[in-house]
Amino acid sequence: MIKRSLFYRKTINLAVTAASIMTVGLALLFMGWILYTVFDNGFRSFSWAFFTEPTKPYGIPDGGVANAVLGTIFITLGAVVIGVPPGLLGGIYLAEFAKGSKLGNVIRFSANVMMGIPSIIVGLFVYALMVYTTKSFSGLAGSVALSIIMFPVVLRTTEDMLLMVPDALRESALALGAPRWKATTGIICRAAKTGLLTGVLLAIARVSGETAPLLFTALCSDSWPFGYFTQPTSNLTITITEYATNSPFPEMHTRAWGAALIITAAILILNISCRFLFKDSKHGK
Amino acid sequence: MENSAIINQQPAEAGSTKISVRNLNFYYGTHQALFDNNIDILEKQVTAIIGPSGCGKSTLLRTFNRIYQLYREQRADGNIFLDGENILDNTVDILELRRKVGMIFQKPTPFPMSVFDNVAYPLKLHFSLSKSEIVDRVEKALRGASLWEEVKDKLKKSGMALSGGQQQRLCIARAIAGEPEVLLMDEPTSAIDPVGTLKVEDLIEELKEEFTIVIVTHNMQQAARISDYTAFYFQGKIIEFGITEKIFTSPVNKQTEDYITGRFG
Amino acid sequence: MDNSKKQLISPDAADQLFKITTAVCALLTVAVMLGFFIQLSWSSIPAIKTFGLDFLFSSEWDPVKNLYGAMPAIAGTLVTTAIAVIIAVPLSFIVAMFLVETAPPALSHTLSHAIDLLAAIPSIIYGMWGLFIFVPFMQTYVQPFLANTLHLSATPLFAGEYNGFGFLTSGMILAVMILPFICAVMRDVFRMVPPVLKESAFGAGATSWEVTLDITMRYGSRGLLGAIFLGLGRAVGETMAVLFVIGNVQKMPTSLYQAGTTISATLANNFAEAQGVFRSALFELGLILLAISFLIQVLAQFWLNRVSRQMGEK
Repeated sequence: MIKRSLFYRKTINLAVTAASIMTVGLALLFMGWILYTVFDNGFRSFSWAFFTEPTKPYGIPDGGVANAVLGTIFITLGAVVIGVPPGLLGGIYLAEFAKGSKLGNVIRFSANVMMGIPSIIVGLFVYALMVYTTKSFSGLAGSVALSIIMFPVVLRTTEDMLLMVPDALRESALALGAPRWKATTGIICRAAKTGLLTGVLLAIARVSGETAPLLFTALCSDSWPFGYFTQPTSNLTITITEYATNSPFPEMHTRAWGAALIITAAILILNISCRFLFKDSKHGK
Repeated sequence: MENSAIINQQPAEAGSTKISVRNLNFYYGTHQALFDNNIDILEKQVTAIIGPSGCGKSTLLRTFNRIYQLYREQRADGNIFLDGENILDNTVDILELRRKVGMIFQKPTPFPMSVFDNVAYPLKLHFSLSKSEIVDRVEKALRGASLWEEVKDKLKKSGMALSGGQQQRLCIARAIAGEPEVLLMDEPTSAIDPVGTLKVEDLIEELKEEFTIVIVTHNMQQAARISDYTAFYFQGKIIEFGITEKIFTSPVNKQTEDYITGRFG
Repeated sequence: MDNSKKQLISPDAADQLFKITTAVCALLTVAVMLGFFIQLSWSSIPAIKTFGLDFLFSSEWDPVKNLYGAMPAIAGTLVTTAIAVIIAVPLSFIVAMFLVETAPPALSHTLSHAIDLLAAIPSIIYGMWGLFIFVPFMQTYVQPFLANTLHLSATPLFAGEYNGFGFLTSGMILAVMILPFICAVMRDVFRMVPPVLKESAFGAGATSWEVTLDITMRYGSRGLLGAIFLGLGRAVGETMAVLFVIGNVQKMPTSLYQAGTTISATLANNFAEAQGVFRSALFELGLILLAISFLIQVLAQFWLNRVSRQMGEK
């Protein structure tokens, strides 16, 4: 038998390894570039005024983003209130009542597909449903749009986390004579609570950076976000869009970077804390 | 054709029958696991169920508190009488059944809460008691499980922070807190260390004065040590049942003898 | 003890209520998905009535005469997505392979976390970085290099004037965006390959690359396909990363350097001021995007489900 060249095979292997290291380097380079840009430009805008003053109308190269920060918090909180409870309950259904059933498979499939639908479509949907019918843009509509994006994410992570709870614990609770709902909410959810919390936090991180769904629902505004229920509500992401593309003043571009930095930092902090939270709980067991 | 187990010697003091199984068949989907089981579990005695792996021992146990109903494809067919009442009947109150019939699992399953809350859980579930009454009954249960001395200063600590053997005794305390009548134990010592095992076995000796105990074990020496009656299971059928001493010294059935002497299993 | 608990609702009823409530919440997924289709179709009806099937193939775009065609947007979406996927998929594969097969555990762990964090960065950040940093970079270095130094301007793909905006830039930014995403999914697929299989191959004398090629890729081929489709889905619907840099001109893509549009960019740009038939036409564009991404998602799930079932059986 003729042997294949060992030299050839080893060289290919080496070449692939080299290529992979270079690619990883390239990817990290781009990522570093982006993060550096955000932090570098963003910090330039930071000042006391930046954090305490509201946005100024178009044409005035001044102002801060305080109202936008508050508005984003309101809108995100609203999304949590609307989207998280159904997500948790739906996830409970999939893990506790529908394991292996056909209906469960259909629902899971639906949720997975829903997670991949572009967020701008969700914006259109909520526009037609809420904004067009009530003839008003509102922070609430923005929250509804974001909650639709959050809902399948929370549902799937809840299901995954609950499935990790061993059956013996479930059976223990039921064997004591606990009704199903008490066993599920009191014992099983409690056992999985770190994982469930992580799922919710990650979902929050995901939607707080969304722009497209807010384009047609919450719009933006220069006033404080107290007209949340019935009026356009200021928020960080749309403000960034406005400052970056609609404003000719470089000072406003800097402010856009500042707002971008706030969002990025918040999301990174949320993600990193989730990692530690989850790791801790795993070691605790 | 009735598959009746050979009863090896009538029980000396024929105490009353606590659980009476008649013509029990059990299915996992289309696969049948128990074939026409008939057995009488006597009150306040320890009945051990032995046999090779996968022969249906745990399955039988899990019919006594209908825990199998958690899984859609599992099905029981026949009659199981607890104090004369057929517990497989649809009209039976399952929650009350499970208060009466407690279960301890192979792997200790402490709830994610404090030691105190673990034991108090069934109390709060089934009864309206004052705070002081709960405290009293928790102590009583922990004493009953030989755990009180070890945890009396750690009642607020998480149940999951105890050692393996302590966790299992915590589960026992939790199971007896609601004052059940029957205790089902599914290989309760197979996942804990020998010292812990000894403590649990001593505990079982004490517990049988108050509770009827059915214990599944793959450890024959354990069965011989702690049980009053033994049932030998093979491939879903009860081959032989009787006083433990007789089963282990002079079994009637050849299969029983082969298993006990270690020729298979 | 003889004081039993009094119950307001029987435990059975409470459990039934619990089951029904959770089931209803779970069914919301199906309901909302259907809702998307129903709502968008409803709002597209005026446009469908006015333009009919021609809408899909026409490249007319005249707001004054109220004539609209979806072709430039659809084509633009396909082109930018294609560029993004062609660049990102091989790179994601190599990085995922590196993470699972080659890197020492500590490095793999750290890099893995880094990639997950990068996947979390919102698209508007990419949009801004694209607009202010990458576009000038493309205009100053990359585009002249490709066009003049490599003489690619002779080809129709790189022909024409360039200003940093356009399809190529958008595609590249999209690629950077979806890379951590595809990489994370591929990494998970690689991890699902049973170690014993790989050990057998190594035991037979295969190199690391050969094990990847022969064992991992075969075993996880469906999962890898699923990962690609997930990335595809992400790129297709991306708005903000593209909106700032594509140029927003309703023209068919003929050169990579040219400005154009995508479905989501068209929507983002025009929806606010649109009225009447124009608005309905935009809804129809949205419906088209929904249909495209729905198809992609269904295929992705299909491939990924086959993997878990296959792995489970083995």
